[in-house]
Amino acid sequence: MATLSGAGSIFEVAEAENEAVPSYSTGSPRRRRRIRWWRLVVLLLAGAYFLIPIYAGIKFSLQNVEGHFSFQAYRALPSAPGFTGALTLSLELAVATMVVSTLLMVPTAIYVHIRLPQLRRVLDVVTVMPIVIPPIVLIVGVLGAFPEWARASPYLLSFMYVILAMPFVYRSLDAGLGAIDLKTLTEASRSLGGNWIKTLWRVILPNIRPALLSATVLTLALVFGEYTMASLDLWTTIPVWIVQFSISSDGPVQVAASMLGLVGTWILLIAVVSLDRSQSRRSHRKLGA
Amino acid sequence: MTQMQETSTTSAVSSAITGAAVSLENLVRTYGKVRALDGLSLKIQPGEFMALLGPSGCGKTTALRVLAGFEVLDSGRVVVDGVDLSNVTARKRDMGMVFQSYSLFPNMNALNNVAFGLRMRRQSSTVRRKKAGELLEMVGLSDQANKFPHQMSGGQQQRIALARALAIEPRVLLLDEPLSALDAIVRAELRDQIRALQQRLAITTVFVTHDQEEVLSMADRVCVMSRGHIEQVATPNELYARPATAFVAQFVGISSRVPVDAAGHEIIVFGQRCPVRTGEGSELTGSVDALLRPEDIAIDVDPDGKGFVTRKSFLGAMTRLVVQVGDITVRVDVRSDRAPEFELGTHVRPSIVARDVLIAPRQETAAADSTSA
Repeated sequence: MATLSGAGSIFEVAEAENEAVPSYSTGSPRRRRRIRWWRLVVLLLAGAYFLIPIYAGIKFSLQNVEGHFSFQAYRALPSAPGFTGALTLSLELAVATMVVSTLLMVPTAIYVHIRLPQLRRVLDVVTVMPIVIPPIVLIVGVLGAFPEWARASPYLLSFMYVILAMPFVYRSLDAGLGAIDLKTLTEASRSLGGNWIKTLWRVILPNIRPALLSATVLTLALVFGEYTMASLDLWTTIPVWIVQFSISSDGPVQVAASMLGLVGTWILLIAVVSLDRSQSRRSHRKLGA
Repeated sequence: MTQMQETSTTSAVSSAITGAAVSLENLVRTYGKVRALDGLSLKIQPGEFMALLGPSGCGKTTALRVLAGFEVLDSGRVVVDGVDLSNVTARKRDMGMVFQSYSLFPNMNALNNVAFGLRMRRQSSTVRRKKAGELLEMVGLSDQANKFPHQMSGGQQQRIALARALAIEPRVLLLDEPLSALDAIVRAELRDQIRALQQRLAITTVFVTHDQEEVLSMADRVCVMSRGHIEQVATPNELYARPATAFVAQFVGISSRVPVDAAGHEIIVFGQRCPVRTGEGSELTGSVDALLRPEDIAIDVDPDGKGFVTRKSFLGAMTRLVVQVGDITVRVDVRSDRAPEFELGTHVRPSIVARDVLIAPRQETAAADSTSA
């Protein structure tokens, strides 16, 4: 036994307690090799399934009419009629949706986890409903029920998108909250004098940051891909613009817009994840109280 | 480290902490039809280390959570230093708590965890850093200040949690089975260290556990609970030597139930007349059970004896023998140097060496084997 003698310490600790945690392996080397081989096959198949259409799209958008490599379609995109407006509207709707969704779902999920855990099953079912109910049913109902002034604002779409995003946002938050001992952490904070706001801000949110980011990115992807509601509400978002433009103009520019939307979402996703990692590293390095 | 440094650090903390008197008055808490606390009343002296002991579901954790302010009472009062805290929220009660599960904030390093309570109290950064550093020193983890919870062992995390609870200079320290998730060696060490720290700081401490070894080695007094009420409040010695009820006798330590007939405050056990202990059951007559500790019984090798040894367990200085006497099974402790005399199957003659014996109403299962740990 060794004495850990910080000045004033009355504590001793067994040497074993400071030893590195041993790493455990499962199964024989042959079995592990077999598992790795299958993983590679599954990865390749899944990769091909997703990447081949994207490759085809990118290839098509990078060809001119003679079939040669060219950035012509991408260069034509910013000046394409209606593109900038559609992009701006989609971004505005995405931000509004993310804000409303976060403000609505985060407190709800936390409250259910802490105070009403028996309602988690009910919420699981309720939050799946937007997947079960087709968007066209939702938007037709809303357009029929809402007053003119509400329908005149594009932000009505944001509230619809909040409903559409609910299954992804709630599940992401639910998984994040389930991964921490929320009740104990909350009680620890309260016993140390933290009120609910400080507990939320300093204890809960930092510990569910990956779940929050995941929910945000999923919401963003949904807003940039949703066509039915925007089209029926007569607002030209990026998906609506792509369809309109494909009818009235040449294919490569339309595909270039799709590819930009796709790649743009990926870039945002990578940026968000990188930001999270760099913040984690910074907070790990940060010293002092 | 010099003794002076040690004393100055501890005294810097202890000067700020003074033990508070705690009074739990007729606490009632129900969950549906279950009465988790059934009129529990308990007084804890300033600076006392009080343990709440009992089986799962006895209400000990509920009592602690009521004291901490995490549970709402159906009726009753929680009074600390004469002030009724029943309607005061947890964050304003000034009670430091160490939880059973690791409760350090994963997003903060050890220093920030310890300083969290001070931050909530709007202490300046300098004060927070200085005091958190002192407390980390006190628990012997100043070299771990920049580590995050996932980089520390369970024992280290609980020591940080203890430092964090003490940082706010709590009036009462609440420990909710803080050692139960640790391995045996670390648990035993931390147990002694918590007790030493509590004695130095003289802070009123309430400790919940179902581990009687922890209780007997740490507490000034022990409150044994069963089904939401108190069975006995006593010092560990008294609890073991003079259990007030059959439940306490069987829950704390080991007791064998031996069916006997009681008459006139006397019973006859193994053909030997013994006085009945005053307390619960002392007025019983007729068919009762005698509750015998392993050390209450002596045995001698006797080829004509009615008992025979059926099992032996080496416990170090002592060896525990299981002796079958007719239909009755009793546990008997003998010094290990005498153990070779008692091979399995050896016929023995048991006798009572206790000056008096606790009796309880007869249990039908007593005849088979009614020993409890």
